[in-house]
Amino acid sequence: MTSEQPAIVDRQLRIETGHAETLAGYALIAPALVLIVVLFILPAGAVLAIAATDWHLGAKTLSFIGAANFASLLADPAFRAALFNTAAYVLMVVPSTLVLGLFLALLIESGKTLRAFYRAIHFLPFMTSLAAMAIVWEALLHPTIGLVNQLFAAVGLPTANWLRGESTVLPILAVIGTWQSLGLALVLFLAGLKAIPQDLYDAADIDGADGVLDRLRVVTLPSLAPVSLFVLIVVTLRAFATFDTVQILTRGGPDNASVMLLYALYRESFEYLRTGYGAAIAVIFLIIVITLAALQTRVVNSRPSHP
Amino acid sequence: MNLSMKIMAGSVRHAILLATGTLVLLPFLWMVSLSLKPPAELFSSSFKLLPEHWFAVENYTKALTAAPLPRFMLNGVIVCAAILLLQIIVCAPAAYALAKIRFAGREVIFGIVLIGLLIPHQVLALPLFILCYWLGILNTYAALIVPFVVSPFGIFLLRQFFMSIPDDIIHAARLDGLSELSIVWRIMLPMSLPAVIAFSIVSVVGHWNDLFWPLLVVHSQGFMPPSLGIVTFANAEAGNDYGPLMAGATLVVAPLVICFFAAQRWFIEGLTAGSVK
Repeated sequence: MTSEQPAIVDRQLRIETGHAETLAGYALIAPALVLIVVLFILPAGAVLAIAATDWHLGAKTLSFIGAANFASLLADPAFRAALFNTAAYVLMVVPSTLVLGLFLALLIESGKTLRAFYRAIHFLPFMTSLAAMAIVWEALLHPTIGLVNQLFAAVGLPTANWLRGESTVLPILAVIGTWQSLGLALVLFLAGLKAIPQDLYDAADIDGADGVLDRLRVVTLPSLAPVSLFVLIVVTLRAFATFDTVQILTRGGPDNASVMLLYALYRESFEYLRTGYGAAIAVIFLIIVITLAALQTRVVNSRPSHP
Repeated sequence: MNLSMKIMAGSVRHAILLATGTLVLLPFLWMVSLSLKPPAELFSSSFKLLPEHWFAVENYTKALTAAPLPRFMLNGVIVCAAILLLQIIVCAPAAYALAKIRFAGREVIFGIVLIGLLIPHQVLALPLFILCYWLGILNTYAALIVPFVVSPFGIFLLRQFFMSIPDDIIHAARLDGLSELSIVWRIMLPMSLPAVIAFSIVSVVGHWNDLFWPLLVVHSQGFMPPSLGIVTFANAEAGNDYGPLMAGATLVVAPLVICFFAAQRWFIEGLTAGSVK
């Protein structure tokens, strides 16, 4: 009797408030919806439209030139350098972040002591201002008074003007990128490790796989495969969006050796004011990001549990 | 494994993790170290972390007076606080509507939120810059705040959390005569504190550290947030006067690092959620 009462009240309430509830729904969502359309959807449409014009920022006239911006982008040595450098950077940052992140996660998880402490110190670069830390990296990499060259000289390793050398600049930026993303990969792997059911280890024990390396090979690594794919995509997305270090440390130099996609976007749109051209770069960047995000969604959906 | 092997494995674990941890922290240690040293000691090739002659007062004084560093920090607080406040005011009701109210077109609207979630902000920089120009707000606080007043991620995160709150609580609140908006503020948000905190961390850390957007829309030091401010300070400082510069970098980084160590778990979980969306 008492258990039925709320249900009856509930039904009456729903009938009475059904219409009012719908109106309230629209009223509550309207501000956010209008702002998302104005600040996200329309600007995204505008980028697609501007990319098909020859507009220069501030110019009174523009004409529709179709896909010509994309054609000239692909023929432009500076943009090809940006694409090539970004790909090379991603190929350096992503494997090193994944391997180091996984190794450190396994190591942290292999013992019981100081887990939170180790996790915290490796995570720290991920949450600090990369702009401020890039300035510190510049001091570390200073050709004469930088700590890196002083240490290298002390132990007999070759020194270099790291940020000004065509062959060293991109690897150094990749080191900084790895340093920054490592904590994210580590935390995601740690969550993945925690999600492995103890049953699997017990079963492996019974099957005779009881050594550390056996357990790693038979249980841990296969169980981490979906998480690894997920970390791979997240870290790749971040690496593609690298901007601060390029802007502060190299400005794409020397001779475009470190120019990357977002820096090219910034330079064309806001320094050279070739707006249509810059918008075309934004479209290419958007296509890359959406492709990766689509992959990510498929990975998340095929995964049993969220890290 | 016998006991001695276990002890050895444990020592190896600590040795490796302390080594990698030191490497990761090295830029921070070096930053603080240089901020304490006089110019003469920057050039000596010693690897001492602590200075022979302490120069901290001089360096930090110069960082705080030669550049408008306190202004940059204050700008950071103003901009981050305004963005976060507006985001919650705009996103919480929307998240509640998407989670708990049935109305025609709800799925379509949620789809639009997801599209917004997918678009990286740098792609939108150009049209948003033009929008700010039209509105006449370039080089003001408004330019730093307006593009971020709605956060698709905030709506998404709060909606997930709101969905786990039982409908009975909402029905009871309606019986008590609460309006839908009061239900959002007085019931949904207080019950979703973990999600609100996680989102606040993502938002504040993101905008305190952002360089790309402020670089485009602000050129007066009076409006620069910390990350852009310290870069401007670095460019203005000729030569290698690292002491004050590193003192400035330390001051820019310190507030969030202190918060991080005070609420480590919240930061790690929040920022991880924020980066994987």
